[in-house]
Amino acid sequence: MKKPGFLLSAVTGALLSMAGIAATGAAEPLKVGFVYVSPISDAGWTFQHETGRRQMAAALGDRVVTKFVEQVPEGGEAERVIRQFAADGYGLVFTTSFGYMNPTIKVAKRFPDTKFEHATGYKRDKNVGTYNVRFYEGRYLAGIVAGSMSKSNTAGYVAAFPIPEVLMGINAFTLGMQSVNPKATTKVIWTNSWYDPGREREAADVLVTQGADVLTHHTDSTAVVQRAEDRGIYAVGYHSDMSKYGPRAHLTAVTHHWGDFYTRLTQEVIEGKWTSRDVWGGIAAGMVSLAPINPAVPKEIVALVKDKEEAIRNGTFHPFQGPVRDQQGGMRIAGGTTISDEDLLKMEWYVEGVQGKLPR
Amino acid sequence: METATAIFLATLAAGTPLVFAALGELVAEKSGVLNLGVEGMMIAGAVLAFLVAAETGVLWLGVLAAVLAGAAMAALFAVVTLSFQANQVAAGLALTIFGIGASAYLGLDYTGVALKGIGPVDIPVLGELPVIGPLLFALDPLVYLSFVMFAAVVWFLYRTKAGLVLRGIGESPASAHAIGYPVIGIRYLAVLFGGAMAGLGGAYLALAYTPLWVEAMTAGRGWIALALVVFGTWRPGRVMLGAYLFGGITIVQFHVQAIGIDLPPQVLSMLPYLATIVVLVLISRHAGMIRINAPASLGMSYHPAA
Repeated sequence: MKKPGFLLSAVTGALLSMAGIAATGAAEPLKVGFVYVSPISDAGWTFQHETGRRQMAAALGDRVVTKFVEQVPEGGEAERVIRQFAADGYGLVFTTSFGYMNPTIKVAKRFPDTKFEHATGYKRDKNVGTYNVRFYEGRYLAGIVAGSMSKSNTAGYVAAFPIPEVLMGINAFTLGMQSVNPKATTKVIWTNSWYDPGREREAADVLVTQGADVLTHHTDSTAVVQRAEDRGIYAVGYHSDMSKYGPRAHLTAVTHHWGDFYTRLTQEVIEGKWTSRDVWGGIAAGMVSLAPINPAVPKEIVALVKDKEEAIRNGTFHPFQGPVRDQQGGMRIAGGTTISDEDLLKMEWYVEGVQGKLPR
Repeated sequence: METATAIFLATLAAGTPLVFAALGELVAEKSGVLNLGVEGMMIAGAVLAFLVAAETGVLWLGVLAAVLAGAAMAALFAVVTLSFQANQVAAGLALTIFGIGASAYLGLDYTGVALKGIGPVDIPVLGELPVIGPLLFALDPLVYLSFVMFAAVVWFLYRTKAGLVLRGIGESPASAHAIGYPVIGIRYLAVLFGGAMAGLGGAYLALAYTPLWVEAMTAGRGWIALALVVFGTWRPGRVMLGAYLFGGITIVQFHVQAIGIDLPPQVLSMLPYLATIVVLVLISRHAGMIRINAPASLGMSYHPAA
């Protein structure tokens, strides 16, 4: 008895939806898939992407159906998940971790009708675009805050791996500090891991011992901010507003936002205007910003940060604006010029004022 | 001086989870049972410690939950290997894999939850003494507990009759059985103790060292604890020293980096593991050293009726 009933309702449903299309001319909702590398939690990389997905789903309403799969390891498992999305008729798939690059490209060749967008990678195809965020713009602004709050003129930077992405952040942060405090220096410790709270804490402790009184990090846990709170110094968070992990210590955080971008891209696909390209958005695109600044920071500094943020937004200022010298004193960016995107993306040097030697 | 103090304190903290887990494993191995599930028991302790502390707001209930979780995992291992005579190596490995998976599942909703962890104790007068005040009287309570557990393990193994019996069982379960000791029962207790201690190590990580929960946050420390027992040639004192040595290597590595000495961090990251291999090679060349301290029946199943 149940089966015919089900069939009947399915047929009716189909007829009704066809009638709907005829009446309004609206197409089927676009199915949009998201692949996440870590669990959705209260802070961090994946949390920011999930927030973006929700904003997009809310903005586009019944024109989209979204679905995500979290904790997908980079590699073979990722390929299976991405392929499943494509096979299930998803029109657009966002793959949100660097390690999904090759699986995305591989699956995209088999499913030419599905559009793919891969975050932080550099391989594109007819139906694969890439996108990333200019974190360094936020890092520069955070540097201004840190530089004005440091009494020892030393910041500590807990970093994962010496790749251009991370070096851009360290250098921009240091230049930001120096813009308000010419004596400011940055000490860097490499943990060789994106996610090991124990090591991040240890590195934070060492930096404090070495004289740093403001810490920041390019790793994924909240351990550095928590440790700064315990040690009575300041910290700048990363990814999300981490103030609840260190209400006193948390000066601000460099945060990234994907909601507008996801909405825009999805709309393009719906309207058939999508093309494969690389999007590298910063403050102007609303993809990077600072978390609310700690009330302990002087008003004139907050105002200065707002000014610089505005200047970056309207293009009158670039964090890597010459003259910029490297650690050895060699001129890297001549006065009156700014660095090209190409040079940024292969950065492998420290600016003057970063202490320690860059590991090779 | 300040740097030396900082290295000392950081080393104590980094070594503490290893001290707990390695001492527990030492007792289990002294009774002749090789439990390779330390990593799994530790992570089970870590997740339950965090979960219970976050839900109840009482940190010490979290510690208690970790002890019970570690012991429960150990009980699973004990039933399989002691009652059902399964292979200890296979069962231990399975326990680790199970622990990592189960903890990730249990902790799903707790990733990124903020928690005020166990801080250092505040002892008036003593804690304010110059130099030795911060070094000895302002540590966190679990570090003191690790000292107490160390003393208790040494006292138990070498100063009590029960300890002698346990070591005897590790040497020759058949002889102990012949004299009338309950071999299986005592091994059960030793394994449970090992699990409880591994759980404590996990609790230290999740509540004191880095008060947060992330999947696989023990990051191989259970394996280091296992290596430490061999590294310390089954002597509690050496195991404890080894724990601080291994904990301290990372700290010293970071200090070297911050000072700016040009040594690839990758090489420094390998050091604890290299040190383990070197010690393993060194002690295997002195067969006597192993024979004196290593339990003769380690890893072998024993069935009283056989």
